Amino acid sequence: MEAALRQLPETVPALTLPAEAPAKAKAGPAPLPAVPTDRVARWLRLHRGQLRAMALGLVSIAIFVAIWQLLTVNRATFYVRFTNVPSPADVLDRAILAFHNPIFGEHIWMSCRRIVYGFTLASSVAIPLGLLMGRFQILREIVFPICEFTRPIPAIAWVPMAIMLWPTNEESIVFITFLGSFFPILINTLQGMATVDPVLVRAARCLGAREASVFREVYLPASLPQIFTGLTVGMGVAWVSLIAAEMISGQFGIGYFTWEAYSLVQYSDIALGMITIGVLGLGSSFAIRVLGRIVMPGGTAR
Amino acid sequence: MAGTARGLIEVHDFCLRYETMEGAVDAVSDVSLNVQPGEFVSIVGPSGCGKSTLLNALAGFLTPSGGTVTVDGEAISGPSADRGMIFQQYSLFPWKTVRENVEFGLKMKGVSRSERERRARTLLGLAGLTPFENHYPDRLSGGMKQRVGIVRALATGPRILLLDEPFGALDAQTRLIMQQILTNMWQRLKISVLFVTHDIDEAIFLSDRIYVMTARPGGIKAEVAVPLPRPREPSMTLSSEFLGLRRGLMSLIREESIRAMGGEVSLDSLKGLAINLEGQDLSAVL
Repeated sequence: MEAALRQLPETVPALTLPAEAPAKAKAGPAPLPAVPTDRVARWLRLHRGQLRAMALGLVSIAIFVAIWQLLTVNRATFYVRFTNVPSPADVLDRAILAFHNPIFGEHIWMSCRRIVYGFTLASSVAIPLGLLMGRFQILREIVFPICEFTRPIPAIAWVPMAIMLWPTNEESIVFITFLGSFFPILINTLQGMATVDPVLVRAARCLGAREASVFREVYLPASLPQIFTGLTVGMGVAWVSLIAAEMISGQFGIGYFTWEAYSLVQYSDIALGMITIGVLGLGSSFAIRVLGRIVMPGGTAR
Repeated sequence: MAGTARGLIEVHDFCLRYETMEGAVDAVSDVSLNVQPGEFVSIVGPSGCGKSTLLNALAGFLTPSGGTVTVDGEAISGPSADRGMIFQQYSLFPWKTVRENVEFGLKMKGVSRSERERRARTLLGLAGLTPFENHYPDRLSGGMKQRVGIVRALATGPRILLLDEPFGALDAQTRLIMQQILTNMWQRLKISVLFVTHDIDEAIFLSDRIYVMTARPGGIKAEVAVPLPRPREPSMTLSSEFLGLRRGLMSLIREESIRAMGGEVSLDSLKGLAINLEGQDLSAVL
């Protein structure tokens, strides 16, 4: 007891968060709140914010699914008609079936492959081009006007042209995906170059850095956060463009799967296709975020 | 240190002119000054008088429109690690750790990784920054960032150090400490320093000599020697000698500041208000 008393004054105020105190006081009849010494309790306390966000996220998704279920089972109609919309349970059944069917895996695989090709090509052209355009005004003055007038054309509008341009369907779809992600990456890289702090460039030159070193050591790392913004946006647009292209001209691919489901009156598959696209999009932007953390160890946004 | 002639800065009739639609405008005209090897010299003057312009010419970022700017007799043809520069804005590379920042100049010189690391560690130790060597700059205070900036500029062993209001963004206390750190490093390295500031106390406390610049177009108004003994202690700022220098410099700069403001105010902006500043004694107001 004596030990506990001695311990309390120094540990309790330091460890207990103010917001937690009333909850604890209510929690038990014990006269003194337990001093959380074990690591699990500490971890829980330190990650309270994240845990709450996760719990709330799960609850809100559950509510969304529940409302969906209610609307579809009762075939609700109030201007919007849920008569033909599949219920979550139907979609789940179809999903289980689909995952046992190798064709569905093939659809996903084809879409992912097209994204990887188109997106990788776009990044490997747009990033160096953006860096060079940012550094050399002449190049910017030559290339920018072309960009400005091709940029507003949505990638989907390129579909007929792409089919004419490329010998195979596969190539034209990759081309559409490339176009979709190209401009966001290019524009953001340019923006990143434009916002490089000139004092950093001057500091580097005062320390003996020549042109190539300034480029590698200052311009590139200073633009990286903005480049990654471009990659994230570009990835989103790549999916939009891919799905549209697949719906119009694909054989295989998750966009094609979704459109085919509509044509074949497989309504559950429409929702399954949509959810799959959502999950794939989420996964790919997560992958870019992870890549960003690896490439920028000092963190982003400065 | 060997090489006694290392770091002699000579500026003769330096002019900087730029073109506008109304014709050529002189930003700085006919500035002549020198910094002897191992000397600490400050430039003070009203804002916009071209102090920084002069420093930028010495760093190699600007080409003079007239006159010569030399270091050890050599004309300056561009930025070089021979002339270290510290900016008012913190200029550490945010994506590099403190030690990587300090190593940067050595890396540009092609010094091997292990040698770079060794030298950077030594310098960081001298500056009391060892505990922070693996920190990224965003975790450092303003004073610490500027200390790293100084260490980084010194790492390549420059002949001269140019400082452009380096402590302008720091609070008064940190400023005093930074001034002492800079003096200590300067005395140890025996490097020539040209220090631009608008803070008169700072200029007196740090310098062997002070140049006072006139309002635009900037020129040299006066050259003031600071005979205070070294090492300097913060208590000296209260000595009669210090205060005498301060009073003299204050009145020199005040004249120029009024001239700078009068020049601006008498332009079109205030014409309609019929305010005539000429001949009025503004020193009471300012």
